[in-house]
Amino acid sequence: MSGPAAGPGPTAPLLHVEGLRKAFGRRRENVVLDGLDLDVAPHEVVVLIGASGSGKSTLLRCVDLLETVDDGVVELDGREITDPRIDADAVRARMGIVFQSFNLFPHLTVLDNVTLAPRRVHGLARADAEERALAMLERVGLRARAGAHPDELSGGQQQRVAIARALVNDPVLMLFDEVTSALDPELVGEVLDLLRELSGEGMTMVIATHEMGFARQAADRVCFLDGGRVLEAGPPEQVLGDPVEARTRQFLRRIIDAGRL
Amino acid sequence: MTSGTSSWTPSAWTPSARELERAAYRRRRTTRSVVLAAASTSVVAVALGLALVGAPGWPRVRDSFLRWDAARDALPDVALGLWLNLRVFVVVAVAMLVIGLLVAVLRTLPGPVFWPVRALATAYVDVFRGIPLLVLLYLVGFGVPGLRLQGVPTDATVLGGVALTLSYSAYVAEVFRAGIESVHPSQRAAARSLGLTSGQALRLVVLPQAVRRVVPPLLNDLASLIKDSGLISVLGLPLDAVRYAQIWQAQLANYTPYVVAGVLFMLVTIPMTRLTDALSRRYGYLPGGGHL
Repeated sequence: MSGPAAGPGPTAPLLHVEGLRKAFGRRRENVVLDGLDLDVAPHEVVVLIGASGSGKSTLLRCVDLLETVDDGVVELDGREITDPRIDADAVRARMGIVFQSFNLFPHLTVLDNVTLAPRRVHGLARADAEERALAMLERVGLRARAGAHPDELSGGQQQRVAIARALVNDPVLMLFDEVTSALDPELVGEVLDLLRELSGEGMTMVIATHEMGFARQAADRVCFLDGGRVLEAGPPEQVLGDPVEARTRQFLRRIIDAGRL
Repeated sequence: MTSGTSSWTPSAWTPSARELERAAYRRRRTTRSVVLAAASTSVVAVALGLALVGAPGWPRVRDSFLRWDAARDALPDVALGLWLNLRVFVVVAVAMLVIGLLVAVLRTLPGPVFWPVRALATAYVDVFRGIPLLVLLYLVGFGVPGLRLQGVPTDATVLGGVALTLSYSAYVAEVFRAGIESVHPSQRAAARSLGLTSGQALRLVVLPQAVRRVVPPLLNDLASLIKDSGLISVLGLPLDAVRYAQIWQAQLANYTPYVVAGVLFMLVTIPMTRLTDALSRRYGYLPGGGHL
């Protein structure tokens, strides 16, 4: 595994989340994050597990500033990014997020999907952007499909394009929101392989997933989300093998019963 | 690294006897269907034709609506009128698409900051979609010159075009808005997550998808506009195709000029529909086929 061991080590965290609150609904009656704390060290791979609705996606969307937080602080590299005075677009450009439903742009080719941000956000010339994009597509094994439209690709291929689209911007932090949940079982492997490779290269990653086998194997730290907070966090062997909290045990029991561990 | 699609060499194949038999059966069915459809269509057409021709009043109707000499006499003027329709159509179509898109975008701007802009755009749609076109034509065509303001055009064609643009851009704005709102919010989120500004996300991701989706309803409004473009004749000169037909109808005491105008309009709108269909097939992707 890469990077420092579990928990915020002596190095300053790359991502620092403190007291994060987020609720939805007209009167904010549906509280999803209830004062959540989380630190992610550079090069660390943190896997978020928890039941549906436990706030994994909401946490990732708040970190990527796709949602406005109700309270609390998110810091990236020691800088508060939840401050409304900062340039949110510039912050988003430093992070990559990959969604469960791929969200490729259907009107653009694979290549144009990947070059969009390099050209429009980072100001690269078309030729330079395409060179970078093709190299990135090569990495995810889809250079040959650069001219295709997303709906001509399989789900696994689409998700790999989505990962390339995020990686091409040289993000300091990658967020993955259940990126294999919409894939056929035989296509899950090709996407998880890519995540393992990224972690091997030292990419800092926060991964929400239901793939417990992958969590056990790839995570530096597993965080179990429950009640809008991180209820239990630690090395995967401990959290997945010998959890302290009753709620964690209960959650894992259900996963095992469903044949997913 | 993960590979692309796996590839294999398909085995050599010649259709089996069973498949050949099935194909022959399908061909026979197709032939049968075509023959049946052609026959039943002909029967209905002939029946309708006979009913029309056999109607007690048919000779009089034919003489009133379908006289060759009347058509020949009226055609040059009606065609001249159509030229006005076409010119007004082109200018108003461009203006209504631009203004309609702008109003739609203003209506969909999020957040409390843009409330006044949204309210203004909504009021624009409410007002100009609510007023009957004829009333709007009179208000703009006669009311505006009546103000005797410096520098304001008094030409009937220009003012008529302005009234048409006001009315049609309100309709078109709602079509565009429906298109914008049909693009799934996750598309905007994906664009923003890459660092694109909200303006870039709208321009580069949302609008291209929205516009492709609303081409068919837009075409509806365009076909409607080309006919309504003639309404500016109510402001006086110049005359459009229908107005010329009206004049010839009065002169010849015969309705054939109206039929001539109708045929000419169809000759313009039908190719326009086919052209747009071809364009959207060529440049469109299949909406609903992709994941959102």
